[in-house]
This record gives sequence, structure tokens and C-alpha cells, in this order.
Amino acid sequence: MTIDRSTNGGRTTASAEAGPSDVRLYGLTRRYDDRIALSIDELTIDDGEFVCLIGRSGSGKSTLLRALAGLDADVVGEGQIAVPHARSVLFQDSRLLPWASVMTNVTLGLRGRAAHARAAAALQDVGLAGREGDFPSALSGGEQQRVALARSLAREPQLLLADEPFGALDALTRLRMHELLRRLVADHEPTVVLVTHDVDEALSLGERILVLDDGRIILDHRPRTPFTHQSRLDDRRLLLSALGVDEAATALREVPA
Amino acid sequence: MGLAFGPLALLVVWQLASSIGLLSPQQLAAPWTAVTTGYELMVTGELLPHLLASAQRAYLGLAVGVGLGLVAALLAGLTRAGEASIDSLVQIKRAVPTLALIPLAILWLGIGESMKVSVIAASVFVPIYINTHAGLRGIDQRYVELAQTTDVRRAEFIRRVALPGALPGFLTGLRLAVTMCWTALVVLEQINATEGIGYVMNRARDFGQTDVIVVGLVVYAAMGLLSDGIVKAIQRRALSYRKALGS
Repeated sequence: MTIDRSTNGGRTTASAEAGPSDVRLYGLTRRYDDRIALSIDELTIDDGEFVCLIGRSGSGKSTLLRALAGLDADVVGEGQIAVPHARSVLFQDSRLLPWASVMTNVTLGLRGRAAHARAAAALQDVGLAGREGDFPSALSGGEQQRVALARSLAREPQLLLADEPFGALDALTRLRMHELLRRLVADHEPTVVLVTHDVDEALSLGERILVLDDGRIILDHRPRTPFTHQSRLDDRRLLLSALGVDEAATALREVPA
Repeated sequence: MGLAFGPLALLVVWQLASSIGLLSPQQLAAPWTAVTTGYELMVTGELLPHLLASAQRAYLGLAVGVGLGLVAALLAGLTRAGEASIDSLVQIKRAVPTLALIPLAILWLGIGESMKVSVIAASVFVPIYINTHAGLRGIDQRYVELAQTTDVRRAEFIRRVALPGALPGFLTGLRLAVTMCWTALVVLEQINATEGIGYVMNRARDFGQTDVIVVGLVVYAAMGLLSDGIVKAIQRRALSYRKALGS
């Protein structure tokens, strides 16, 4: 789907075709009350790439994600965005309808005869087979986020957009969710754009890491391979310095695992 | 038990006042007299047809009012045109006491059943509309956003998001409405009724039977409370998803 914005708050026009398989942006700007929240000249994300967006609060990472998701019709801005038509968003809150069963939540918006089977398979994938009839309130925070992940996967997205999806989970659950997400992304091969404020999360998930500051991409980095302890430390130091965290603080956190 | 103290204390004081002659039977019958009268009216089968007549009026009016209130709230809550045309009208209607509509209702519909049912419907319309509309307006924006990203179409949005989201508000309105339909009845059954609890009470006034009047009041209160209890039970069931079972 292609979205063109000619002038301030102009109507977005979306073409009906399936859209490209990669993500392309040109001259993208977004403003809140005259403050420039986002300003990107050009960005291309290849089909199947796993990109992490990292930055401080207000750096524009969520603004960029919402632009990719098409959730910013009320925000003033210009530019062109081309994204795959089959998009799915994973929010920080699991955003399950509290009055609907797990199964109904996963099939939300799905059409056709195969919807139920696809949802059941997705729930199986996230390890929640057998919980189809439960209400969200009966699930733990991690389980709720797994249902949200199943809801995203069941629509077989070409582009999975995730806005700090594990930010509200405890550290152990978060690690397990990383493992799950890595496995599912390997199986389904969507392009992923994941927003996080956690350098370690970005390093453990992303094939490519974009650091945003003040609405601009200030670093476009691919973690070094092959992965070694030293390469991880170097990557970490690079990202932290881009984020403006000084060496002393970095050194303190450099305790080997 | 704590809640029952006030009513029980009142009953004791009332019975005492009657027994020592402070309250004459012409003013107000003693509770015990009312109890025996009520029992006799029930056993002889005199009360039942009147109760049924009243219940029919109340619940017919309730059904019509709930249906109209619900439809109006959905139109106002889900469409721009509905919001513009319906909402302010209902807000004005809300400021007019429903019983003040009776003179006009009599001129339009006469003094028969249709007038009574209409006035009851008009009175329950307001709490149903107000609460359902507020429920719809109060649906979390995050769910609207979710619907956008999951490609949910309008019909599914209404069925999966709007209606369940408005249900708590609707049920609150329904609780107010079920007691309100009986309240309206008290006044309406003073007008050209040949059966119904209000008719029985009116006739009792002509004969100075204060015990029968008390029985009528008790029946109204009991029906109001019973209806409220039923809706409360429905509310508990329908909103059971809120209960956290695990975690």
C-alpha cells in the first residue's frame, strides 16, 4: 500500500494493490504543534529484515512506527510511505478485548473459512493451545502478550510492527518472549520493525538497528557477525554512545554474563 | 443484617404507635393489620389479577422504552448524523419530568392503556439512552485503533467492540429503568384504571381502607426490588469476564 501526503494534514491516498514487499520512505516528516517529531529523508527496509528502532523517549521511534502502521492520520506531516499491505501491529499493552474469548480475540477481523484454523494454529505456535475459551482476565501478562502475538501471526503479515511489545513484562518473561518471537519470525519470515528502549533487547533481536534522536536516524547499524562476547560488547558500546550514555555508565554495565 | 436494621426499627416504632393509639387506623393501618389484609387478598385471589395487570403495563412499557432507548443510543453513538440529531433532543427531553407529559399524552392517546404504556416507555427511555450512549462514548480509543489495525469491518466492529463495550452502561440504565417503570405506574394507575394495584389503592382510599393502601405500597416496592434483583443477576453473569480467575 502506498500512502502519499502532499501537504499539511492532506488526505492520504492508499492504492488497493498488494503493495511492495519491502518498506520504503521518502521525505517523511511528522510534527506535533510545530515541534518536528520525525524527519527522515530516505529509508528502505528489505523484505524479511528484522529491524529494531531504539531511542530515548520523544526520539520519534513510536512516531515512525505509527506512520508505518497507518495510525497517524491525525498527525500533521508530509512524505511518502510504501509498505506491504499485510501489516500487523503488536502493541505494548496486549490490547485484547476483555469481553471476548482468546479465540475471538485472535480471529478478530479475519475472514473466510480458514480463519478459525489459522487462529488455532497460531495459538498452538505460541503455546496456548487449549486456552481458546478463556477470557483475557484469566491469563497472566505474558500469556496475554502471547495471545496478541498469535493474533498478529494469524493474519500472516508481511510486515510485523511492534511497539515496545515486551516493555510491560518482567525480565524472565521477556527473555522467553524473545526466544518465542525469534522462532516464530524464523518460521513465518515477516519483515519486522520493533521499537524498544532496551539496547540489549535490540541487540539480541535485531539484524539491523536504527538509533533515533530528535526525529532523525543518527545510526544505522548491523550487529557484527560472527557473534562473540567481544563483538557484543563493541556493539553495545557503540549504541550506548549514540544514545548519549557516557563511558563510565557503559563500563559499569560491562560485567560479563 | 446491618442493612435490615433501619426498616425493622421503623416497623417496630410503627407497630408500637398503632398499638398505643398514637396512629389511628384512619390515618395509617398497623403493620400487622396490613400483613393479615395482604394475606387475605392473596388467598382469596383478589390481588393476583390486579398484580398481573400492573405487571403487564410496567413491562410492556419497559420493553418499548428499552428498545427505543437502545436504538436511539446506538444511532447517536455510532453515526455522526445520529449524534447531531438525536443527542441534544434527548438531553432536552431529559430535563422535562416524564409525568409532566401526562396531560399531553392524554390529549393524544386518550386515557386508555396505550397512554399508560407510552408514558412508562418515555420514562424508561431516558436512563437507557443516557447510560448506553455514555457506554459507547466511553469505549477505549485503543480498541478503535486495534480495530483499525486488524482490518475489522463496520458490522464486526459493532458486534465485537461497540455492543460489548456499551453493555455495562446499558445494564446500569436497565437497573434504573426496571424500578422506574413501577414508579411511573403508581401515578398512571390513578387515571381511569379498572384494574391494577394503583386502582386497588384508589378504591381503598374511597373506602378509607388504609391497610389495603399499605399492601399496595408493599407490592410496588417488592416488584421494584425484585426486578432490580433480576437485572443485578444478569449484570453479574454478563460482566463475569471482568473477574480475574488466575494471574
